[in-house]
Amino acid sequence: MAVVFDRPKALLDIPTHYCPGCTHGVIHRLVAEVIDELEVLDKTIGVAPVGCSVLAYDYFACDMFEAAHGRAPAVATGIKRSNPDKVVFTYQGDGDLAAIGTAEIVHAATRGELITSIFVNNCIYGMTGGQMAPTTLPGQITETTPYGRDVKIAGYPIQVSEMISTLIGAVYVERVSVDTVPHVIKAKAAIKRAFQYQLEGKGFSMVEVLSICPTNWGLSPDESFIWLRENMIPFYTLGVKKDSTQEVK
Amino acid sequence: MGEKVLMKGNEAIAEAAIRANCQCFFGYPITPQTEVAAYMSRKMPKIGRVFLQAESEIAAINMVYGAAGSGVRSMTSSSSPGISLKAEGISYIVGAELPCLIVNIVRGGPGLGGIQPAQSDYFQATKGGTHGDHNMPVYVPASIQEMVDLVQEAFDVADLYRTPCMIMGDGMLGQMMEPVEFKEVTKRKLPEKDWAANGLQGRKKHNVINSLYLKAEDLENHNLKLQEKYKLIKANETRYELFNCEEQCDLIMVAYGTTARICKNTIKLAEKEGLKLGLIRPITVWPYPVEAFEKTINKTKHGYLSVEMSCGQMVEDVKLSVNGRAPVNFFGRVGGVVPNPQEILMNVKELVGGVK
Repeated sequence: MAVVFDRPKALLDIPTHYCPGCTHGVIHRLVAEVIDELEVLDKTIGVAPVGCSVLAYDYFACDMFEAAHGRAPAVATGIKRSNPDKVVFTYQGDGDLAAIGTAEIVHAATRGELITSIFVNNCIYGMTGGQMAPTTLPGQITETTPYGRDVKIAGYPIQVSEMISTLIGAVYVERVSVDTVPHVIKAKAAIKRAFQYQLEGKGFSMVEVLSICPTNWGLSPDESFIWLRENMIPFYTLGVKKDSTQEVK
Repeated sequence: MGEKVLMKGNEAIAEAAIRANCQCFFGYPITPQTEVAAYMSRKMPKIGRVFLQAESEIAAINMVYGAAGSGVRSMTSSSSPGISLKAEGISYIVGAELPCLIVNIVRGGPGLGGIQPAQSDYFQATKGGTHGDHNMPVYVPASIQEMVDLVQEAFDVADLYRTPCMIMGDGMLGQMMEPVEFKEVTKRKLPEKDWAANGLQGRKKHNVINSLYLKAEDLENHNLKLQEKYKLIKANETRYELFNCEEQCDLIMVAYGTTARICKNTIKLAEKEGLKLGLIRPITVWPYPVEAFEKTINKTKHGYLSVEMSCGQMVEDVKLSVNGRAPVNFFGRVGGVVPNPQEILMNVKELVGGVK
């Protein structure tokens, strides 16, 4: 019988630790499928963050690094500069990339590092149990914003893709979502293009993936997808934020 | 090469690192070590190697983590406040067992402190200095020639034991000029870096550079492995100089780096006054040369005097080494003030009392 669906070679056959309904598994798979399709497994090096996806180094079949919290783009810079023939990507959550690691992502982008960052935004710190993230929406209830995020106290969420797209060194920035099948297909295309731009030596590329956290949002996976569509997408609008090779409207 | 050239300490470190086949330098400007980075920025691109000025000390050490983890010889350099910022990265480098060189050209602290020479980062360098149970070899040269010689040594020791190594100079050594000779050094036989995460390239199992162990027993085992490594380093890599300690001394001074050179002048001054002083000069401050005290414990009439450009940090290791068998005293100047031989001698005289 013909096999029509199989595990990508770039993912190891290991049960993940992710909560039921979490979309990290989907995003891992998209990255792995892209690595397979581009036939770069042999020369890809990934950098895992601190946060929910900390153990990503156990799941990807390529060589992997575990970085300190927020430092993945600096670690990736060191890897890529010393191994310019390799494909290097970081996989980071919103606390990691947009709070403690803001300096590292901004400067890796502005240097035009030939790396790709997969930025998973679920508006919350997942691993530590649901505290406010730099991406937490105004009014959103978290463990450390029990009365809802008050922008007068906690300020406003960061629209990372819009911020990074202002940097000359960043050649490709797109925000995608994995809440529906069509969105998942678009997300994969974006991740693939980001990797391709790296392979072509164009510059820094980043794909922001809107993701859900049923556990810490206190919602079912289905309710979470609805929450994502009703609350996240209006603020974190989907689409290509920057593509230096094309005119973006 | 065999010919002597006049070089500034910081530039000599950089040249020595290039000759030791350092492929990547990641740094951030800070006085009084910036010349290391500046020299690297001139030379490295011309020989196809990497120089990158990072956005922060934190990023610089993490770039070293990335390069070292992929099996490439790499380094960073900084000065005291910068090393504090690098502390996080150093801990991860230790945890992941990555070889690299970290240079600290020490300036006075705490806080922003000053930019004059100091030895006040002794505790930070020798007692871990970051979170977690760990140490790393710390070399404390007393001349620019020795600094140059120790660069190759530190890189080799780093590779051999999979550990970061530190060269800790002070602002004086970094800034002054001395003649140096870049000798052909005997390189050690080093193991293959089969652990490096540099792409599978046909390898079946992926390599992971990591310091996370979620099971308590696994983390304990990892720590015990590190401690075994430290035992080996203590046994094999401890270095020191005994100066003027062959015969019975009135007192033996203990000093490293710039301070040790000043103490040698104190020894000359003391001789004129009929005082016989010895000197223990640690070349590694971790591992600490306890053996030097075993060799001299019966050769000093009035014990030991730790002379430092700090408020009494190394003196604690002197006390641990002497373990109550002889008096241990301390003399130090701090904040960037460099002690002079006369004031050290004055202090010695107070300790040896009536001895003439």
